[in-house]
Amino acid sequence: MNDPILEMRGVSKSFFGIKALRSVDLTVYAGEIHALMGENGAGKSTLMKILSGAYRPDPGGEIRIEGSPVRIEGPLGGRAAGISIIYQELSLAPNLSVAENIYLGRELSRAGLLARGTMREGVGPILKRLGADFLPSTLVAHLSMGQRQLVEIARALHARSKILIMDEPTTALSAGESARLFALIRQLRAEGLAIIYISHRMDEVYALGNRVTVLRDGRLVGALDKQDIRADTIVRLMVGRDVSSFYKKDHDPEAGRGHPVLAAIDMADGRRVKGCSLTVHAGEVVGLAGLIGAGRTELAHLIIGAAPRTSGRLELEGRPVDIRTPGEALDIGVAYLTEDRKALGLFLDMSCLDNINLAVLGRDARIGYILDRDKARDRANRAFAALGIRAADINVTVGALSGGNQQKVLLSRLLATTPKVLILDEPTRGVDVGAKSEIYSIIDNLAKSGTAILVISSDLPEIIGICDRVVVMRAGHIAGEVRRTETAPLNQEDIMALATGMEHLDA
Amino acid sequence: MPDNAASEAKPAVTTTNGAAAETRRQRMRVLISALGMLPVLLILCIGFHVLSEGRFFTGQNLGIVLQQAAVNTVLAAGMTFVILTGGIDLSVGSILAASAMAGLTLSKLPELGMLWLPAALLTGLGFGVINGALIALLRLPPFIVTLGSLTAVRGLARLLGADTTVFNPSIPYAFIGNGSLTLVPGVASIPWLSVIALLVILVSWLVLRRTVLGVHIYAVGGNESAARLAGIKVWAVLTFVYGVSGLFAGLGGAMQAARLYAANGLQLGQSYELDAITAVILGGTSFVGGIGSIWGTLVGALIIAVLSNGLILVGVSDIWQYVIKGLVIIGAVALDRYRLQGSART
Repeated sequence: MNDPILEMRGVSKSFFGIKALRSVDLTVYAGEIHALMGENGAGKSTLMKILSGAYRPDPGGEIRIEGSPVRIEGPLGGRAAGISIIYQELSLAPNLSVAENIYLGRELSRAGLLARGTMREGVGPILKRLGADFLPSTLVAHLSMGQRQLVEIARALHARSKILIMDEPTTALSAGESARLFALIRQLRAEGLAIIYISHRMDEVYALGNRVTVLRDGRLVGALDKQDIRADTIVRLMVGRDVSSFYKKDHDPEAGRGHPVLAAIDMADGRRVKGCSLTVHAGEVVGLAGLIGAGRTELAHLIIGAAPRTSGRLELEGRPVDIRTPGEALDIGVAYLTEDRKALGLFLDMSCLDNINLAVLGRDARIGYILDRDKARDRANRAFAALGIRAADINVTVGALSGGNQQKVLLSRLLATTPKVLILDEPTRGVDVGAKSEIYSIIDNLAKSGTAILVISSDLPEIIGICDRVVVMRAGHIAGEVRRTETAPLNQEDIMALATGMEHLDA
Repeated sequence: MPDNAASEAKPAVTTTNGAAAETRRQRMRVLISALGMLPVLLILCIGFHVLSEGRFFTGQNLGIVLQQAAVNTVLAAGMTFVILTGGIDLSVGSILAASAMAGLTLSKLPELGMLWLPAALLTGLGFGVINGALIALLRLPPFIVTLGSLTAVRGLARLLGADTTVFNPSIPYAFIGNGSLTLVPGVASIPWLSVIALLVILVSWLVLRRTVLGVHIYAVGGNESAARLAGIKVWAVLTFVYGVSGLFAGLGGAMQAARLYAANGLQLGQSYELDAITAVILGGTSFVGGIGSIWGTLVGALIIAVLSNGLILVGVSDIWQYVIKGLVIIGAVALDRYRLQGSART
C-alpha cells in the first residue's frame, strides 16, 4: 500500500492525572474508510479533539501527516493540517445560508463588503458534486438533518481537507438519508479522501469500513483489516468480554394478549400525526418503528399530553382517560422516556438523588410539602442497586455520569412512579454496548412484571431483538404491524417495507 | 442483572474510581462556589479595618453595616428565587417604592393605619404575581416583562402620592425601621431590620432546600423543558418566584417606610434592583439558573454593604464608589463564567 496520510504514534493525553489516552497508534491511508470504535469514554472523542487541535497531546507522541511531523494547535490547527471533523452535534449556524456556512471564518469580501454572490458561485460546484438538492442561498434552518450533514461535508471539501472525521453521522438520520450518506462517503473514498468513521453501529462498520481500530479505556485494543471485521470480535474487543445474549427476551410473548392497558384511538395533532391508533397490552413490549420524521415521537408526545391534540382519545385499562399534561400522564400511570435525555429529560446540574426522586417528591412529602429526605435517599439507593447505576454515590451530579448511567437515572425516575405504561423513546441512543444490554434486560424484567411497554427506536436490530410485535409508522399514519409467527421471527425487511412504503410494490 | 455482576466487576471498578475523583472535584467545586465569596468578605472587612485605622470592627459600625445591608438582603433573597429559575426581576426597586407609598398612604388613615404593613406586602405580592403571570402564562421573556414593570410601577408609585413625598411621623410599627432587638440588655442588640433580613434568608433557605417546591425551582432553572415533561407545573413555579420577589420587594418597601417615616415615589428604591442582582451574582448563583444558594446571596449582600460602608470610612469619594462597585459587578460575572466552565452544562 502507499504511504499513510496520517500516522499517530504513541499519542497520550491525561487530564489532571487521569489518562484518557495511553500511547495510541493510528495509521490511516488515503482512499480508505477507517472505522474507529469503542464504548463511550473509551477515548474516541479525546483522540478526535487532538486531531482537531482542541486538545494538545502529552509530550512524547508523534503525529505525521503525509510523512512529515506536525503540531496541531488551536481550533484552526486541524483544518490547517487538512483535517476536518463533522461532530455529532453539527456545528452549523442555522440562521445563515448554506454558502455563508461553508465560507464561515473565511468569508470573501470585495472592498470590505461581503461578496455574497461570489461565495454562492464558489460553493456551487461542490454542492453539485455531492448531489445536493438545495441552493447555496438556502437558509440552513430550512434543511433536514441529512442535508445539513451534506453542508458540513461540503465545508470540509471546500477547505481542501484530505482527512475527514465523522462522529456517529447517522444518529439523527433516517434510513434513506443514511443510505445516501453512505453512497457519498464511498464516493469521497474513491476520490482519495481518508475518512475516519466513528460509530457504535456494527452494520455501518460492516458496510463501510476498510479497517477498524478499537479503543477501550484509552488504549488501542485492536486494529482489524477488512477480512477480520466480525461483529463478535469487535464487541469483545470493545467490551473486553463476551456479550453472548445481547438482547434479552425472557418474558412470555403471549402473556398479556388479553388485557389491553393503553389504547390510543385516532390520535392526531393536525400536523405530523394524522390519526393513529395503537394498543399495548400488559406484559407486552411493542415496537414503534418508522423513518425519522414519520411522527413517532410526536405520537408519543400526544399520548402523554406534551403536545395539544386535535383529535383522538385514550383508554387506560378499558376506561376513557383525558391526559392534558405530562404531569397528568404520570399521575395515572403513563410514563415517557424522552429521546433527548440531556435537553428534555435530565437536570444535569442536579444530583442523581434529586433526578431520581423528582416525579414523586410530592407524593413522598411530609404534610404535603416538606421533603422527606430519608425516603428519597432510600429510593435512590434502591434504584442504584436495581438498575446497576455506576457512580460514586447518589449525590453525584448527573452531568458527570456516562450516557448509559444517565439513561438509567432517567429510567429510575420514571419507574419510581410505578407506571402501568412505559413509553421508551430511543432508550439506548448514545449508550455504550454494556449499558445497552443492561437496559434491554431491565425492559424485559418490567414486561415480566406486567408493565405495558412501547419502544420507539430507529435501531431495527434492537426493535427486533426486544419487541413482541412492531407497529410501523409512515408519514404520520400507522402503516401496518409486523407480528411474529410461529414459523418466522420479526424481520427487518418487513418493517423497512412498511416504513418506506415499499410493501405495495411487493403486492 | 446479578448474573452479570461478576463479569462486570472490572469495568465497574474503573468507573467508580473515575467517578470518585469526579465527585471529589465536584465537592471542591460546590465548596468553592458556596464559600466562594466568604473569604472575599472577610478580606474586605479586615482591609477596611486596617485602612480606616480600626474604625470598622466597632459594635456601632457593624450595626450600621447590618442595617444598611438589610433591605438589599431582602430584595436579593427574592431575586435569588427568580435567578435560580433562569429569570431576572428588574422591577423590585419600583415595586419597593410603590409598596412603601401604598403603605404610607394607608397609614395616615386613622381607622386603617395599622393595616399599612399588610397593605405594603400585598402591594408587592400583587405586582410580583402580575409579573409572574405575564412571564409564565404569556411566555414573555422575564427581562422584557420586568423592564416594562420597572417603568410602569415606578409611574404608579408616583401616582400614589400625587408625585409628592408622603410623610407620617407617627407611623405604626416604626420600631421595625429604627428599633433594635435586645439580645443581652445593655451589651448586645441587633437592629430589627437585620432580624427581618435574617428571617427572610432563613425562610428562603427552608423553602429552597427543604420543600418540594424548592427542588422544582432548581429543576425549572436547570432544564425547563425537562421539568415540564417531568410533570412539574412550570407556570406555577414561575408565578411563585416572581410573586416571592414582589412580596420581598413589598417587605423592603415597608422596612424603608418604617425607617424613614416617609416615601417618595420618584426617588425611593431607584436602581435597588441592580444591587440586588449584584448580591445574587456575587453569592455564586448562576445567571443561567439552576445553581446557587441563598447563603451565597447573604454573603453577596454583606459584601456590597461592607464595600459602601468601608469606602466611606476610608474616605473614598462618592464618584469613585460608583466606579469600584461597577467593577465588582463585572468581576462577579467573570467569576460566574469561570465557575460554569467546569460544570456539566458546557
